[in-house]
Parts: sequence; structure tokens; C-alpha cells
Amino acid sequence: MSDIHALSGAYAVDALDDLERAEFEQHLAVCADCRAEVASLRETAALMSETESETPPESLRAGVLSGIRQVRPLPPEVPSLPEPVATGPNDVRRRRLPALLAAAAAVVLLAAGALAWHPWHHDRGSVAEQVLNASDATRVTQHLAGGGELTLVRSPSLKRAVLVGHDVPDAGDEKTYQMWLQQPGEDMVSAGLMPDADRPTVLSGDAATAAAAAVSVEPAGGSVHPSKNVVAVFSLQPASG
Amino acid sequence: MSHLRPVPTDPPSEGGGSVGAHLAGLLKRSSRGDESAFAEWYDATAARAFGLAVRVLRDRAQAEEVTQESYLDCWRHAARFDPGKGSAIAWLLTIVHRKAVDRVRSAEAAGRRDAAYGLREQSVPHDETAEQATASLEATRVRTALAGLTAKQREAVELAFLGGYTHTEVATMLDLPVGTAKTRIRDGLIRLRDALGVGEVVQT
Repeated sequence: MSDIHALSGAYAVDALDDLERAEFEQHLAVCADCRAEVASLRETAALMSETESETPPESLRAGVLSGIRQVRPLPPEVPSLPEPVATGPNDVRRRRLPALLAAAAAVVLLAAGALAWHPWHHDRGSVAEQVLNASDATRVTQHLAGGGELTLVRSPSLKRAVLVGHDVPDAGDEKTYQMWLQQPGEDMVSAGLMPDADRPTVLSGDAATAAAAAVSVEPAGGSVHPSKNVVAVFSLQPASG
Repeated sequence: MSHLRPVPTDPPSEGGGSVGAHLAGLLKRSSRGDESAFAEWYDATAARAFGLAVRVLRDRAQAEEVTQESYLDCWRHAARFDPGKGSAIAWLLTIVHRKAVDRVRSAEAAGRRDAAYGLREQSVPHDETAEQATASLEATRVRTALAGLTAKQREAVELAFLGGYTHTEVATMLDLPVGTAKTRIRDGLIRLRDALGVGEVVQT
């Protein structure tokens, strides 16, 4: 067994980097012992903060209490709810149908764009279809902490990967899912946005040589570097061919 | 697996006591939109939340923003707080700490090269913790427990939790091989937990 358990303390006090955190959270999902340990260490850290108590200014109290009047408390999480529940008056789910159509259009554009850039893909359907149907395609599925799952389909011969979501929750107001690829020894580089996670989306970048792929939640429009909010990490074997 | 210990029947010290139960009850009422319950929750916890944010961020204006964001999150997500998984105060402070750490790290990301360069030169901030602290009994108990750690464990735990540094940064700051700091942080926290009598939280 790996020493991933040893990360529990650093995880409990937010001392892991993004990738370690995402990996450890995947481990937590299947390790009740680590969940219990993390919970106890968080209680401990909370007690530690007792030594730092400091009364905030009165203006903060006023700001908080006036702030909550404009925020609707979320309902409890109900098991087996098919989809995440609306988060507020501006919730994107209310715009779901138009968003879907826009996303579909975006995917088509993306695919067409990819075709234009990469002449070896002519006349055989979209890049996404080609990857999904490639004879050497491999699939890895990650279950997300917030529900749903993401499957990474990679074709070394096409040097491309496609992400397909299933029941993935909306990224949130003014947020988007963004895909990342990491070449060996380098930082994560954006592989494009994923405006609708439930649609197959091609990652830009060479997926044959990549060491890892990841998906994070970013402000609408995307980010240059992944935020702390990484929802899935796929570690990839370098393709031999 | 060597890191396991038996799950005691005692609830966590804060979550199960009457204070902890009262705080959990305030969150429960808040989840139904009870603003006065939330005001009481704020009054009971704000010094802890704000103090932690100030300690990590070292900047009162930013600490105020982080604290306010954290309370709004609390209000929004109050229904998702599960008393079976930990105490209400730990839940709040986890949110505050994460936001504070996110903020220092994204601020650093802008000038990461400078930060990485300066990291080795940086002296370890030494026990500024005691200075502004309140004189509460609980704080005294925590300080006593902290004093029971080895100096190395205490440094690592404080840099990670109160300093907001990653374990790899802590390793560099303390001239440790990478991979050693995370063990030291965990060992220190476990020792502290046991000294403080924090029971393991029974997960559902």
C-alpha cells in the first residue's frame, strides 16, 4: 500500500498542493479510516486556532448580517437526487436549454476548428468521434466528489483525448469547467474550456505525451493556471507508440 | 494499517459537548433561514474565525473579506453541515482556513518566482501565536498541549496550519527532505489531538 495515508495531516490543514489534494480526495472517497483521521485532525486544528482568537470589527458583523439577507440557504443534500439543486436566482440551470444549445454549437465549432488545424483528421467525423471510436482508445472514469463522473478517452495514435461527463453538476454561477494537460516535468497547461461537461469535449494539446490531465472549476472565461478547485485528475501512462 | 486507532465512543470534545451541540443547533436553525440564529452563531464564533484568518493572511483587510465570505458560505450551506462528521466550529474554521490559504497562494502565484527564490532566505516566523492570544482556559489548554510536541513537530504544524504553507514549502523552510514535513505535520497533529483528548469522529 502506498503512503498516501501519510498525507492526512497535511490535507487536514490545507498543506497539499492542488494535485496532491485532488489525489488524496480520491483516496478519501474510498478510505473510511483516512476520513475519520482527517476529521479528528481538523477538530484538533480548530482547537489550535483558539490561541489566535481576535475580535473582529463591528462593521464585519453588520456586513455579514446584511449579506445573508440576499443569499438563499441551499436545501440539504438529498440522496439519489438526479441533478444538483438550483443555487439561487441566477442559477445557470434555469438557462439550461439555451446553454446546452450554445454548448453543442461550441463543441461543433471546436471540432471544426480542430479539423482545420490538423489536416490528418479530414473526412472521418469530428475529432471527438474519431477519438471515441479509435481502435487504441483507452478510457478512465473518475467519480466526482460533487456527484457525476468524468471519463477521459485517449487515443495515442491520434494524440488526442476527449472528456465525456455524465451527470456532472453545473460548475456554478459565473463558473466553468476547464480542462488541463500536463506534459512530463511541466506545469499544467489549459486544454480548453468544457462549457457543458456532459458533452464530449476534445482537449487541446498532445495527449499522447501528456503525463496527466485534470479538470477544474474556474471563473467564466477560464484561467491561465488551474485554481485550487480541481475536481478530477487523470494520471496518464506515456504512450509508447 | 499503523495509523489507525480504535474509534472511541466519546464524541469530539467540541462537537459533542453542550456548547458544540448548541452551535450545531444554531446552524440547523440558520439552514431554515433564521437570521437571529445566524447572528448568534456569528457572535459565538467570529473571534475564532477572524483570528485564524488574520493569522494566515497577516492582513486585517483581507482577513475581514475572507471572514465575511466564509460566513456567507456558512449561511448558504448550513443545511449541508453534518454533525455526524465533525463539530460546527471545525466546519466553519475549515472553510475559513481554506479560503485564507487559497488567497495567499493565489497572491503568491503572481510572483511565484520571487516567492520561491525568497523562501530559503525567509526566517521561520517564531511563535507569534502567543502574543495576541486571548487568555481563555481553552487557549491555555491548547498551549500546554502544543508545548508537549517536539520543537520540530510544532514548527511544522504551525507553519502548515497557521502559516498556510504547503508541506513541500515547510520542508524547504525547515531544510528537511521533501516528504519528511508531511509526516512531521501528521505526527504533530496526532500528538496534539491525543493530548487534547479529541476523539475520532465517527463517520457515517
